[in-house]
Amino acid sequence: MSVVLADLAYWQETTIRLLVGLIAVLLPAGTLVYLFLFKMMSFMQSRLGPMEAGPYGSLQLLAEVGKFLQKEDILPKAADRLIFKLAPFVVLISTFLLILVIPAGPDLWFIDVDTGIFLGLAVSSISVIGILMAGWASSSKYSLLGALRATGQLIAYELPMVLAVVGVIIQAGTLNVQEIVMAQATGEIFGFGGIGNPYVITQFVGFLIFLIAVQAELTQPPFDMPVAESELVTGYLTEYSGLRFLMFFIGEFATAAIFSALAATLFLGGWYVPGLEPTDNLFNVIGPIVLLGKMLLVAFFIFWFRFTYPRFREDQLQQLAWKVLIPLSLVNIVITGVLKVVF
Amino acid sequence: MSVYAEMSGLDPLTSGEVVVAQNIAFGLIAVIMLFSALRMVTTRNVVHAALYLVIVLAGAAAIFILLGAEFVGVTQVLVYIGAIVVLFLFGIMLTRGALGVDEEEKGEQRLMSCLVAGLLAIVTAGALINTFSDAELTRSSPSTTATVGDSIFSQFIIPFEAISVLLLAALIGAIVVARKD
Repeated sequence: MSVVLADLAYWQETTIRLLVGLIAVLLPAGTLVYLFLFKMMSFMQSRLGPMEAGPYGSLQLLAEVGKFLQKEDILPKAADRLIFKLAPFVVLISTFLLILVIPAGPDLWFIDVDTGIFLGLAVSSISVIGILMAGWASSSKYSLLGALRATGQLIAYELPMVLAVVGVIIQAGTLNVQEIVMAQATGEIFGFGGIGNPYVITQFVGFLIFLIAVQAELTQPPFDMPVAESELVTGYLTEYSGLRFLMFFIGEFATAAIFSALAATLFLGGWYVPGLEPTDNLFNVIGPIVLLGKMLLVAFFIFWFRFTYPRFREDQLQQLAWKVLIPLSLVNIVITGVLKVVF
Repeated sequence: MSVYAEMSGLDPLTSGEVVVAQNIAFGLIAVIMLFSALRMVTTRNVVHAALYLVIVLAGAAAIFILLGAEFVGVTQVLVYIGAIVVLFLFGIMLTRGALGVDEEEKGEQRLMSCLVAGLLAIVTAGALINTFSDAELTRSSPSTTATVGDSIFSQFIIPFEAISVLLLAALIGAIVVARKD
């Protein structure tokens, strides 16, 4: 985008960035909901899923949005009105800031900053505050319990996620996401540079830890204790209805899409496909499509686990994070550091 | 907005001029921070106070980014907003839970806390004015992450290691205090 935007006024540039950002958040989120939540889940359960709205149910999303927009905006009597209303926005802000760090081509990026991936991990932690606000302001015991569970879980799994990314950072030698993609595109595996060096090969342990941590950060099964329908009546979402519920819903799936894109960028080479020079102008056209394809591949795994695994117990969840994933990712960092110095 | 300008490569620090947009942004952020800081200590609701603290800390992060200290700004968000305030909120909600105004008034502490805050403000302001009275911000390029890393792990390696050991000691101390058996 940098080339296209070079000679525009600041306000024009910002408007374009905002619009592209909006599309980049909503389009993948809608794709995930239709492709995986509506269709894949149905096929796994031997049913067809939504079929009425549009050909093969493809307009079901629009119907759902229309449905939510018509619903009454219910505010619990004892709720803290302002915080109750602000909470979904805080969650969405975190999602929209997160998309900024993902590049979609050599010149297609929102921000190209030194801190790159560090910034992404920092803003992704803001959503916890939104969840706590939602749970507390609802003044319902189910909501509060859900929010507390969510916080305990998100704090526990943010650590292995950050530590898993550290391996990639050591190998690439930079925090800048665009340079991490370039390092993978121009890298070599034992002198063979035909497919670049996607870090999923050398950082496979980190990739697995990252995926597990993302699953927990998204509070999806098997880590869905914060929203457990059968115990907590969907936790911090209990009191939300209509548009505000829709915002949480969009936030959840947009975050799933963006985390998948982040995993694809860090471990699968991002917008790069082997066979072309990474600086080729063609990538400004096919880059977003390549990234979308890789994102869908990662999201497929995330949703596969979501639909097939039963829920953990709360103590098992904490044990997995603190006793397995964090030590494992620390070992991964040490080994990566040693190998980086040796080679 | 100014954050966008900073991040999109328009570099207010290297352009050598007084940047109006940057000054306006600083003024806005400062006003918001002052208001939130005042509300934080005057509100009767503990959760509201913690949320006002979030705004103050976010403002501090924004000012760091305005100054070109991008890494420090992001760290501010990650550590203070993402971890410390979340733990505050977590603790408040676990122990109080109930929604609404805290009726118990901490009147006997008000005088002392005002006194301590005032003294702290005087000492900090005195130290800052003493040290930086006529220093100017060098209009060099914003500090890069690599520079920050280099200085931490070469020039400041001993303070860094000392802080690491201190944090570890605090961690172990907290576990010892919290243990029942």
